[in-house]
Amino acid sequence: MKKNNAMTGRLKIHLMFGLILVVSTSVTGADDPNTFNRLMDPPSKRNPSPMTDGIHDPNNNGTQLLQPPKEAFQQLPKGKSGNYIDWMKALQDKKINPRNDRVDTKSQPIIMDLNIVREVKGSMPDVVYPHKQHTEWLDCANCHPAIFIPQKGANQISMASILLGEKCGVCHGKVAFPVSECRRCHSKPKPTKTANKKNKSDKQAK
Amino acid sequence: MNKQKNRLIDHIKYSVMIAALLVITFAPTGQVKAEFGDVVINNYSDKAGMPPVVFPHWFHRIRFRCKVCHGDLGFEFKAGGNDINMVKIIDGQYCGACHNGEIAWSIENCNICHSAPVGTPTQVHESTLQKLIKPDQNKTEDKK
Repeated sequence: MKKNNAMTGRLKIHLMFGLILVVSTSVTGADDPNTFNRLMDPPSKRNPSPMTDGIHDPNNNGTQLLQPPKEAFQQLPKGKSGNYIDWMKALQDKKINPRNDRVDTKSQPIIMDLNIVREVKGSMPDVVYPHKQHTEWLDCANCHPAIFIPQKGANQISMASILLGEKCGVCHGKVAFPVSECRRCHSKPKPTKTANKKNKSDKQAK
Repeated sequence: MNKQKNRLIDHIKYSVMIAALLVITFAPTGQVKAEFGDVVINNYSDKAGMPPVVFPHWFHRIRFRCKVCHGDLGFEFKAGGNDINMVKIIDGQYCGACHNGEIAWSIENCNICHSAPVGTPTQVHESTLQKLIKPDQNKTEDKK
């Protein structure tokens, strides 16, 4: 009996110390109100494994079979956002070789090399839409005519609609690079009176 | 003296162990942080008593161009916008066009797809809409 009492006593002490340890570490760690970039995740939290990503059930035996993204990504060129992979570069550099057909490994996409320039109202550079990069991945019918009417001036596009998942936002911001990479689309500087330096497009405009 | 020292070390060891256990068992599940483009499909899963499906876009785009699924196989560009069920899959439609034991592993491996916690809503993970900073809403959603 005595031995039992002593045991429970010790256990209590251990539990107390354990609790104190937990509380002290949590206070100094995650809950620090002045953490740097409190609304952002640190790079170490990117591309988590399915076991810890919070969307797969770690108790599901199928989850354990899934490949961690980092394993697949280690040989691919890095990107700034999304999967943190530059998928277009990965394709061009032949780091990946995605099939163009479900079964036919020799099938090749039909590439169309046509840039569409969209003049934008605000101060942002004009948008250059390259068909070339898009036809590497997609068929014409994926976008035309349901998402974009293939006619000049027929499509109203706004950043608000893109953010809400329409137009370019059907892919960009969901699987393709998100709108935070402004300059990848807004890439054609326009001549502006406010610009201090004369840039190339200024000279071209003249 | 030595005996006491050893005991103290033992006490510390146990306390640390218990602390670790406490952290593991009571740790908040944390922010949900799946890969950009992961799609959760829960059109019928919950009602059928199955865990919802997680579709990893990144894994598939390494192997196929977008048009194979979104053109040839008829997948709409919308999470939950495709009326997929197991009958269609075993008849070779949607996922079943490849997940047939020939091109990719077959449907008897239920849990490799049906791997989300029960009740996870249909969504595109890490999409711009989800990433708009609304801490309070996100936190309450995560806790569900």
